[in-house]
Amino acid sequence: MRRAFRHVTFTIGLVVTLGLLGTAALSLVYTPRDPLQMSIAGRLQGPTAAHPLGTDQFGRDILSRVMTGAVTSILVGVIAVGIGMGVGVSLGMCSGYFGGWLDEGFMRLMDAVQGFPAILSALLLAAAFRPSLAMSMVAIGVAFLPVFARLTRASFLAHREREFVLAARALGAGDAALIGRHILPNTVPPLIVQATISFPVAILAEAALSYLGLGTQPPHPSWGVMLKEAQAFLGTNPWYAVFPGGAIAVTVLGLNLLGDGLRDLLDPKLAE
Amino acid sequence: MAALAATLLFVSVLVFVVIRVLPGDPALVIMGTEGSPEAAAELRRAMGLDRPLVVQYLEWAGNALRGDLGRSIQYDVPVSRLILTRLPVTLPLTLLAGAFMVAAAVPLGVFAATRHRRGGDYLAMVLSQIGVAVPGFWAGLLLILLFSVKLGWVRAGGFDGWGEGLGAGLRALLLPAAALALFQFAVLTRTTRSAVLEVLREEYVKTARAKGASERSVVFRHALRNAMIPIVTVAGVQLGQLVAGSIILESVFYLPGLGRLALGAISARDLPVVQGVVLFASSLIVVINVAVDILYGILDPRIRYE
Repeated sequence: MRRAFRHVTFTIGLVVTLGLLGTAALSLVYTPRDPLQMSIAGRLQGPTAAHPLGTDQFGRDILSRVMTGAVTSILVGVIAVGIGMGVGVSLGMCSGYFGGWLDEGFMRLMDAVQGFPAILSALLLAAAFRPSLAMSMVAIGVAFLPVFARLTRASFLAHREREFVLAARALGAGDAALIGRHILPNTVPPLIVQATISFPVAILAEAALSYLGLGTQPPHPSWGVMLKEAQAFLGTNPWYAVFPGGAIAVTVLGLNLLGDGLRDLLDPKLAE
Repeated sequence: MAALAATLLFVSVLVFVVIRVLPGDPALVIMGTEGSPEAAAELRRAMGLDRPLVVQYLEWAGNALRGDLGRSIQYDVPVSRLILTRLPVTLPLTLLAGAFMVAAAVPLGVFAATRHRRGGDYLAMVLSQIGVAVPGFWAGLLLILLFSVKLGWVRAGGFDGWGEGLGAGLRALLLPAAALALFQFAVLTRTTRSAVLEVLREEYVKTARAKGASERSVVFRHALRNAMIPIVTVAGVQLGQLVAGSIILESVFYLPGLGRLALGAISARDLPVVQGVVLFASSLIVVINVAVDILYGILDPRIRYE
């Protein structure tokens, strides 16, 4: 029963995630309308046959824009988690393998980054440069550093003195080979789970930053930007605020379920 | 404590580097494109920008410690005064959201734990799944849509200050605080549930049951009290997150708090204000974390600090 429930979680998550990926892929080759095409005559309509999700303040088709927005969300998720994972794993690797003052220094740095929310780095970066999608990705990515660094460090500490590593070292393997070929592959499963868990967090963060005007810039469709624009027209076309937000919620829910399911399946010890 | 000092050091260096070094010459930023090179050099000397960066940082950090965060370019008043005028919005909003979070999450978490793997537990878990998936700012928009656009019970946002009385002020912050607390409520519900579940498996809980303690006493006196450490830890972290989250919700409800101050300063390129708000908000988060550390010792007398 419990096992089946776990699989239900995983399955729902998988279906929603595949739906998201499918929608994003489809939007690259086909959308019902041009997501950038304006039509002043047909602005701020509720759902109709021609526009199943209605139109925005410029008469653009909301369905097409929600579909294209999926690409932005996935892109930000992948790149932000990539930044956090790439840099975090490298730091964690050095920390866990070499230890000593390097470890101490890196870990204090990670403590510091941990106490600094992504929204504050985004504010800083937007002030210093200009608000942009790239800046929001960096801000979100940096916030993920500590968790990936700590996870990798813990795995390296656990494996550093294991027999197979000592054996490889005795056979003459250098640091690079020990790290890359022998220890790193063993740290992959928890990293995959963490990446799956971080992905929806990144999507939420991107939506919030874009909503504040610190992320994706108009006219490019992003769910956060759409909600920002929809707010001015809550009275005229309430549906405009409903659909992009719903897309975020369903996507994040699906990815969270996928992450939970994956964690249970890969590491049954953690499931309670 | 070392971690907290590290955070403050890191944040201050980061804020200094990002705002003072990366955008290029602050003198040119202030003067815009109209300043002559001679005038810019004069301003640089006047501002002390011709000195080594380390000296500039130490002076700036020293001033910040004394509460001097520089002057706003846009309003030409001290940044610290601007921050102080916005605090009566951001602080009550954060605290109210924190109160909502604890008041909803702890009872629901305990309820879920006592109904482990039954209907009530699954219902609570579904609620918390929804809570972590729904973006707070969207929840805010939906609340406005329902309570202000459809039902017309409350205004769609804005804040007239506390001059109108405590009730009016709280009413304006009610919806924003509820939307703000949603995510953190969901996280704390899960934490409470698993912490209480953990304790309910302990031997002393069995003992309490065996000696005939009522279920109520078992759950609240024995289980919940011993589950408080993880709950308080997570609640503390979440309270810090609420400070950050309030920046977003202030925009949704047009509340004149710190977040809107910072966002307005970004459009106006008023760098000292952004610098001040970021530094202040992160220090506030650090202070919350210290307070949680102190609370540990009160909750669990076995924890002592040297």
